[in-house]
Amino acid sequence: MNSPLRNSIDRRTALKWVAAALSLPLLRGVVQGNPVAPATTGGYGLDPNLVDPSGAALWPRTFTPAQRATAAALCDVIIPADDRSPSASAVGVPDFLDEWISAPYPEQQTDQALLLPGLAWLDGEAGRRFGRKFTALDAAQQSALCDDIRLVSAAAPEFKEAARFFKRFRDLTAGGFYTTPEGHKDIGYVGNMPLAEFAGPPRDALAKAGLV
Amino acid sequence: MPVIKPQQLQPRYDAIVIGSGAAGGQSAYTLTMEGAKVLMLEAGRHYDAVQETPMFQTNRQAPLRGTDTPDKPFGFYDATVGGGWQVPGEPYTQASDDPQKQFWWWRSRMLGGRTNHWSRVALRNGPYDFKPRTRDGLGFDWPIAYDDVHAYYDKVELLIGVYGTNEGIENVPHSSPGVLHDPPKPRVGELLVRERGKKLGLPVVPAHRAVMTRRLDPATLPQRLHPGNARAQKILAEDIQSRAACFWATPCGRGCSIRATYQSTTVHLPPALATGNLDLLPDAMVREITVDGSGRATGVVFIDKQTGTEYRVVGRTVILGAGSCESVRLLLNSRSARHPQGLGNSSGRLGRYVMDTVGGGFGGQIPLLENMPAHNEDGAGGAHMYIPWWLCQEQLAGKLGFARGYHVEFRTGRGEPTVNTGANLEWLTGGSYGKKFKEDARRYFGSFVSFAGRGEMIPNEKSFCEIDPVVKDKWGIPVLRFHWEWSEHETRQAAHMERTFADLIAAMGGRPRSQPTTDGARAIKPGGSIIHEVGGAMMGAEAASSVTNAWGQLWDSPNVIVADGAVFASNPDKNPTLTIMALAWRAADHLLEEMKQGRHA
Repeated sequence: MNSPLRNSIDRRTALKWVAAALSLPLLRGVVQGNPVAPATTGGYGLDPNLVDPSGAALWPRTFTPAQRATAAALCDVIIPADDRSPSASAVGVPDFLDEWISAPYPEQQTDQALLLPGLAWLDGEAGRRFGRKFTALDAAQQSALCDDIRLVSAAAPEFKEAARFFKRFRDLTAGGFYTTPEGHKDIGYVGNMPLAEFAGPPRDALAKAGLV
Repeated sequence: MPVIKPQQLQPRYDAIVIGSGAAGGQSAYTLTMEGAKVLMLEAGRHYDAVQETPMFQTNRQAPLRGTDTPDKPFGFYDATVGGGWQVPGEPYTQASDDPQKQFWWWRSRMLGGRTNHWSRVALRNGPYDFKPRTRDGLGFDWPIAYDDVHAYYDKVELLIGVYGTNEGIENVPHSSPGVLHDPPKPRVGELLVRERGKKLGLPVVPAHRAVMTRRLDPATLPQRLHPGNARAQKILAEDIQSRAACFWATPCGRGCSIRATYQSTTVHLPPALATGNLDLLPDAMVREITVDGSGRATGVVFIDKQTGTEYRVVGRTVILGAGSCESVRLLLNSRSARHPQGLGNSSGRLGRYVMDTVGGGFGGQIPLLENMPAHNEDGAGGAHMYIPWWLCQEQLAGKLGFARGYHVEFRTGRGEPTVNTGANLEWLTGGSYGKKFKEDARRYFGSFVSFAGRGEMIPNEKSFCEIDPVVKDKWGIPVLRFHWEWSEHETRQAAHMERTFADLIAAMGGRPRSQPTTDGARAIKPGGSIIHEVGGAMMGAEAASSVTNAWGQLWDSPNVIVADGAVFASNPDKNPTLTIMALAWRAADHLLEEMKQGRHA
């Protein structure tokens, strides 16, 4: 297939556009879409069943049991259980991460190339510092490690790449978590409900914004 | 006469309508309601919005949490099926390797076309917009004025249902009394934009969107739209009783199974089919418009995509609503002894002056919107407020450094979480994780605002499409090759957008996501990416310098009508869909009048 955009826009530019599009909450239908040409095989195609999407995610999964265990542990460092909601692993976020990095699309393939080495690094670093795998660390040890990679701009040079991994892993963990019913409840999303009337903002919301 | 197979074609039709979106849908509606026998050919598959729209499915249920992919560039649940920036087997090419000189071409290969997923922003062109050259010496005047279209804007708004208000803003026309539906109440973030925008002189007013906020009235509306036509009145009265008002859930871009928003498939086609005068044939890719020895169109040749078989069908008239550049492609590919450069191209202007909308975007975070009490902000599935262009006088006085203007669409609030919810927060959180991260995610959810500028592009000599001399699609039909270039009028406008949005965010006490750029070439979105592709078969007052007359009829072959955005002589900031429908209705009325007089026999 002739794909002029793919041929003439280098991958870095294309990913930059994607990143730019993703950095803002989507203004549905009016913000630009994704310029990358369609994947030729393995995706859900241009015409998946939208009403019953359960059969659409057919691509094979990637995680080994060890990778899955490390991912689950890191998920729960990022989103642990608290009095409002369960932990990320308790609502299936590791499955979502596996689905994500296994997808045949360019963005997800890029994430796979970041996340799998990142998980390996995490276990390696846990071994170097504490003599055991990340999953076997106690909370203080996990924090000591994560504190070094929590922010790309503040990370020491030897931790920059790991910090980039941690940033993306946190983003995806959050997205996986807040899209669940438990995540909706935690963050206060109360829509997706037919109403006879749209009431507009309640008074306490207006007050919060200084509008009353 | 319903959805048919090629074997069921009638020997002859009064009109063959190519395309089933805003232009094709409106043309078929107007013609069939008046008794004309119409064949509609759609290059994509049949689509039933009532059955196929994912109304309450959540992102959790979708692959990849519903995120956009190359297969579904606007997200998994976007109504578009079988289309996108690329259509398998149906390529297009670029004349330049420079991304700044390329055109993204969105095609929606499905019944109803782009009307299934559009933003529903329904704005009227104003009086200045039809006579831009008279006002500033640039581009082209249309051969029609606002007053020629006013009544048709009313009719379209009445039929589809548009919420909004009349605000008395310069060059933003009023709808006639009783036409508009009440707008939904603004969301808290929209109210904050309004309050702070006022301090900057920005009029933040109710958006105009094709979403019904009340039921249509079967006792009065049919009579108003079809005076003296009892049969059309009866059909419409029955149809609108099954259209519900908005129930304030699910984004409009997914489509609307309760038929509260405008889609061709839920508004135009059901009553058109109910007349019994419409044959609708999906999966039909038109290759060529055929002509007789005198150059008049006689019908079309199309390929049945299901079998690859080619068919010929005869029509008194041919109406193009394939989408601007697809309509142009078909005309360019319809070469004959009488029309060696393509049908309708004796002026040499077919394919010339393709336009998109100038797009710019900028966002930030608003502390006043943090830690909001949980409340439902889904609303009408899109914007409740917008900012019409507010600097007509400054523009006229030449104070802005660019001609023409833009309106602002913006989004705030607590929409359904996506895979990006909680992402990219470290500029605010310092990279928190653990329980602190969960607190941060709650704090910042719904505290972002994003602004999108939608502005006018002036037609230029360097932005056009032509037939690629080599490449053909999988049906053997020569494809389009695009040339594209923005002028400084557009790039400076895009830089002005960023500055305005940064000022607005500051006025809201917010923090911009990045520093606004003064480099308009960086601020502007790629050509075509706003999907407001118009022009290419411009209407005009003279055959020597335009492709169609004021009713969309080819100067060279008046029984061919270009009903879609290809006829636009300018591309005002107003978003094209409503104007496409108003012009298509007007063109169809004119055609009916001519047919009654015995023309196009």
